[in-house]
Amino acid sequence: MLEYFWLIPLIPLVGVTINGLFASRFIRNENVTGIIASGCMLLAFLIGAGAFVQLAGLPVAERNVQIELYDWLDAGVAHMHDNEAGVTTARFRVSFGFQFDELSALMVLVVTGVGFLIHVYAIGYMKHDPPDPGYYRFFTYMNLFAAFMLILVLGSSYAMMFIGWEGVGLCSYLLIGYYYQKKSAGDAAKKAFVVNRIGDAGFLLGLFAIFFTFGTLDYDGVFAGAAHYSAGAGVLTFITMMLLVGAVGKSAQIPLFVWLPDAMEGPTPVSALIHAATMVTAGVYMIVRSNVLFSLAPTTMMVVAAIGALTALFAASIAMVQNDIKRVLAYSTVSQLGYMILACGVGAYAVGIFHLMTHAFFKALLFMAAGSVMHALHGELDMWKMGNLRKTMPITHKTFLVGTLAIVGVPGLAGFFSKDEILWNAWAGTHGSAWLWAVGTLVAGMTAFYMTRMLLLTFYGNSRMDEHTEQHVHESPPVMTYPLIVLAILSVIGGYVGIPANLQLGPLAALHERIDITRWLEPVTSGTRAQEAPGTGDEEHTAAVAAAPLQIVGAIGEPVTVVLQEERSEQAGHQDHTAMEWTLMLISTAVALAGIGLAYRVYAGGGVADEPFKRFAAPYRVLWNKYWVDEAYDAVFVNRIKDLGRGLWVLDDALVDGTVNGIANATLQAANASVEFDTRVIDGSVDGGAGVFWSGSRVLRALQSGYVQNYALIISVGVFVLVSAYLFF
Amino acid sequence: MSPSLLLNLVVFLPALGALAIALLLGKERASEIRWAANIIVLVDFLASLLLLRGFDFGTAELQYVTRLSWIPSIGVEYFTGIDGISLTLILLTTLLGSIALLSSWTYITSRIKEYYIFLLLLQTGMLGVFISFDFFLFYIFWEVMLVPMYFLIGIWGGKNRLYAAIKFFLYTLAGSVLMLVAILALYFYNHSVTGEWTLNVLSYYQLSIPPDLQWWVFLGLFFAFAIKVPMWPFHTWLPDAHVQAPTAGSVILAGVLLKMGTYGFIRFSLPILPDASLQFAPFIAVLSIIAILYGALVALMQKDWKSLVAYSSVSHMGFITLGIFALNPLGLQGGLFQMLAHGVSTGGLFLIVGLAYERTHTREIAAYGGLGQVMPVFATLFAILALSSMGLPGLNGFIGEFLILIGSFEWNPVYTYWAVWGIVLAAAYLLWLYQRVMFGELKSDKLAALQDLNLREVMTLLPLALLAVWMGLYPQPLLRTLEPPVNAIIERVHPGYFAGTDVSPPALPSADAARVEQEDEEKSAVDALADAAGHARVRQ
Repeated sequence: MLEYFWLIPLIPLVGVTINGLFASRFIRNENVTGIIASGCMLLAFLIGAGAFVQLAGLPVAERNVQIELYDWLDAGVAHMHDNEAGVTTARFRVSFGFQFDELSALMVLVVTGVGFLIHVYAIGYMKHDPPDPGYYRFFTYMNLFAAFMLILVLGSSYAMMFIGWEGVGLCSYLLIGYYYQKKSAGDAAKKAFVVNRIGDAGFLLGLFAIFFTFGTLDYDGVFAGAAHYSAGAGVLTFITMMLLVGAVGKSAQIPLFVWLPDAMEGPTPVSALIHAATMVTAGVYMIVRSNVLFSLAPTTMMVVAAIGALTALFAASIAMVQNDIKRVLAYSTVSQLGYMILACGVGAYAVGIFHLMTHAFFKALLFMAAGSVMHALHGELDMWKMGNLRKTMPITHKTFLVGTLAIVGVPGLAGFFSKDEILWNAWAGTHGSAWLWAVGTLVAGMTAFYMTRMLLLTFYGNSRMDEHTEQHVHESPPVMTYPLIVLAILSVIGGYVGIPANLQLGPLAALHERIDITRWLEPVTSGTRAQEAPGTGDEEHTAAVAAAPLQIVGAIGEPVTVVLQEERSEQAGHQDHTAMEWTLMLISTAVALAGIGLAYRVYAGGGVADEPFKRFAAPYRVLWNKYWVDEAYDAVFVNRIKDLGRGLWVLDDALVDGTVNGIANATLQAANASVEFDTRVIDGSVDGGAGVFWSGSRVLRALQSGYVQNYALIISVGVFVLVSAYLFF
Repeated sequence: MSPSLLLNLVVFLPALGALAIALLLGKERASEIRWAANIIVLVDFLASLLLLRGFDFGTAELQYVTRLSWIPSIGVEYFTGIDGISLTLILLTTLLGSIALLSSWTYITSRIKEYYIFLLLLQTGMLGVFISFDFFLFYIFWEVMLVPMYFLIGIWGGKNRLYAAIKFFLYTLAGSVLMLVAILALYFYNHSVTGEWTLNVLSYYQLSIPPDLQWWVFLGLFFAFAIKVPMWPFHTWLPDAHVQAPTAGSVILAGVLLKMGTYGFIRFSLPILPDASLQFAPFIAVLSIIAILYGALVALMQKDWKSLVAYSSVSHMGFITLGIFALNPLGLQGGLFQMLAHGVSTGGLFLIVGLAYERTHTREIAAYGGLGQVMPVFATLFAILALSSMGLPGLNGFIGEFLILIGSFEWNPVYTYWAVWGIVLAAAYLLWLYQRVMFGELKSDKLAALQDLNLREVMTLLPLALLAVWMGLYPQPLLRTLEPPVNAIIERVHPGYFAGTDVSPPALPSADAARVEQEDEEKSAVDALADAAGHARVRQ
């Protein structure tokens, strides 16, 4: 399987081709379309899983398989900017190449695995009674998204990542705007793309700086070149800051998070797949992938951690008061992404990926369970119009409950492990601090609060649905509930791949010995492999590619790199750490339980409205209006840019074009004057002359009085005046 | 057929066709005229593809050279040939020409004969510009192509067509006159140095002109080219011309005519005036960035669909000039690639507007809405072209803009920082346009009754969409074609640029190296062609 890993991103494209070109005209069967789309995802998953197993079977040093499909962009020679790697010139060359290493492998499994489940779920979810003519379009876009996402995580260079990066942005646009007849959907789609483009612009600048620093965009070359730099180098700070801008856009962090809540205009499977489980985590992936660079830029790391922590807090606080079930989940996603970014910022890259994975399980689950509720309630989103659904929707209820417990951090479930690791690293990590830990812990409490609130309002208490809706409430069909069950199981067991140090006791220790995500990712996240990677300018390698565009080049079967895996030394003071870790773990668990308890006290009765908040009207209003960020952005940026455009347009018409027209008018007048002068003075004097000149003057008159000639005269005089005007002013 | 004859045939076939139509087909035989004109440009396109067969992609030397003495007393020659740059532009021109003609099938209903004759003559004029290596000949083609375009806008244009046509004509002419002055300065300077009266461009490549003379000559050429591009602030003729022109006119205007300006910079300003180019570069970069942002911002607020695309052209052409004057291989290759990419995507966008206009007779964006529901094929093709225009990776616009931006970053990252906002704004204005036109509820019953594209209409857009994808996924063939001449120009501007790399830049083509065609039969054949073209021009 390993040698065919490059097929993984291409398989969904088969689905795109079939469904995109033939489904609506020739296949005309919703089930077939859904099965083709899901089948592609399953196949990609199976290949990914096979490749993963094979990769795990390789010695650590060889777990980086690369392939170049063809030379994508190979242009002129560039002169590097001053750099410490000693590269002065380089050819700009990007191959359409993929790489499969520990990090990519894990991402592939998450994307295709969760993606497959969501595709299956969507077969049921997207089916409506009068069939939706966009059904085929939906699955085409979904598969297209998967293809781009897989290119993003499998690409072997920053340029490949960028292809995937913008590609998923496009699919996100298309899918948010799926119900394009709705204005709000169109607005949300456009907003998502444009806000993301701001991030992409930053990414581009970072990418250029990378090239002019290291002479290549290939990960191997860049990370090898980074070894020439010492921590804090200005150019690395610039590069990582720019990459961060990209990550902030894609992963919806402050200040570019505004698009994600609106993105809920898309169908719920889209929210689950793109705006929770996969695409939005691309920023986290990017930072982890670039950890070699980020680790050398302490300033950026500080900013990363701060942005992550602030976003987590900010979004969680908004989620506490929202009533729209998808919106709460959206803000929750922003908040959880903040956690992941925070983990990256304190240097715990593997933990960031760990949380990315567990979050993919439980957040996809929560979204799809919420979608199941919407499905049953004719698209109802307001939690205050739900209630007591646990009776009528038992499977949805139970799976949602599992998802809630997992995200809240109830010990033993997935979220507990990964969140605890983040909090521990926020305290004890390379760039950690008590403040970051405190914020993270506070967010854990808030998360517990809003999730419990949501659970109670939706599934418990009294029903607040109108009669008509209530009569039609039903459990969703198996095609939708089975994916929920699978994800619920994953949300329970997913955390056991990263058992914290203080819990490595008895059977858990044995499990830890066999499976540990941190250890698995270590060659990537510690930068050890990067140090040993071959440098740039590998001439033979290039020649081979040029000779046979489709030739498979790389480390398949024959290792290019040999890394001596150093024995990991246990950290000193292990015992102190364990005690501290226990303390922090107990505190955060207590805080989470407190959040649950508070929400239970307030909402357990089912309640009638957000009564208790009347007492806190002012802060409540701030949160309810999401700190007026959208309004502020509109006022400060969007409307000002529109004003600027309008103003420039007026200017364009009045001043720039006015000048041109003014010159033209002046020319015409000058021409008229010349004609006058010509007729009266010159012609007149000729006429007034002796009869000797009579015949001569007749010729002149003939030349100069006809319409065409006049016109030619105007042109030439005009040109003359124009020329003079340009020359002298 | 000898190779150089093939090139001349490609250039003059449309004019010969125009002549034939003028002489053989009466006004009333509209259908035959349509068929004949379409077949002529299609054959011309296929013939231009034949140029690829014998083309040597590894050299910067001129190929398919024809060199005949024409007006010996003042040293004027009929000197034509192509390098990689000209080749790609010729292919773009013949392709867009065929598509533009095909798109006119039902769009043009009055004075059909004249219309097709003008379009065919325009083809020859444009193609001639790209093959001329004698300044006199170049100038003739340069001016000749104005005339048919003037009539295309003036006769078949919109409400305000006369104003737009005259403005277009005079504005461009004003620039041309300055170019003439610059050419004469070169002509006399060359004589003072070499003692030879010649307008051969290649011999000017060999001159080392004193910097202050370079400065003045550059300025003269600059106005001509800057107006044509058009660079800010010389752009105001463009929205008028575009909005008023018939669809085919807009397609050709955006796709090919604007490229004349950037082609002029690359072909003449850079290699003949390397010092002045370096001196002017920062100034042009600033104008380019203004054009990028200004064009995009104004495009954002346009109410007229076509005017929006026109202003987007200003923005995109800003990218191209920025790339060219980065004066490094990446920027210049990017600029040239973007010239082709912009021709494809913006040409396509003008077709899109035209197709909608033909159905509804309005270009006001607010009058549209929800078209995606009734015209799915149209929606798909529009989406691909819009995405390619906004530079989505995997489509052609990305390659060009990416190379331009990376080239400008090599030069000065500050320029890149500003230019990059252009791609953010491009997403904003194009997606907003797309949303307002294609998304939402259907505005009226009239819109609900619109027909999706028919086969002919698909055939105008599909090649462009496919080309956008191909150029985006596999740009290498084009980049390889452009690289040798680009490297030669860069070496001329920055001698020693390639020192220490494994690239040895080819020399610029030299007058001596260009083979002289001597076979008599060929000479007469070419003369006949030239005469025929001249004849056709006189007849209009």
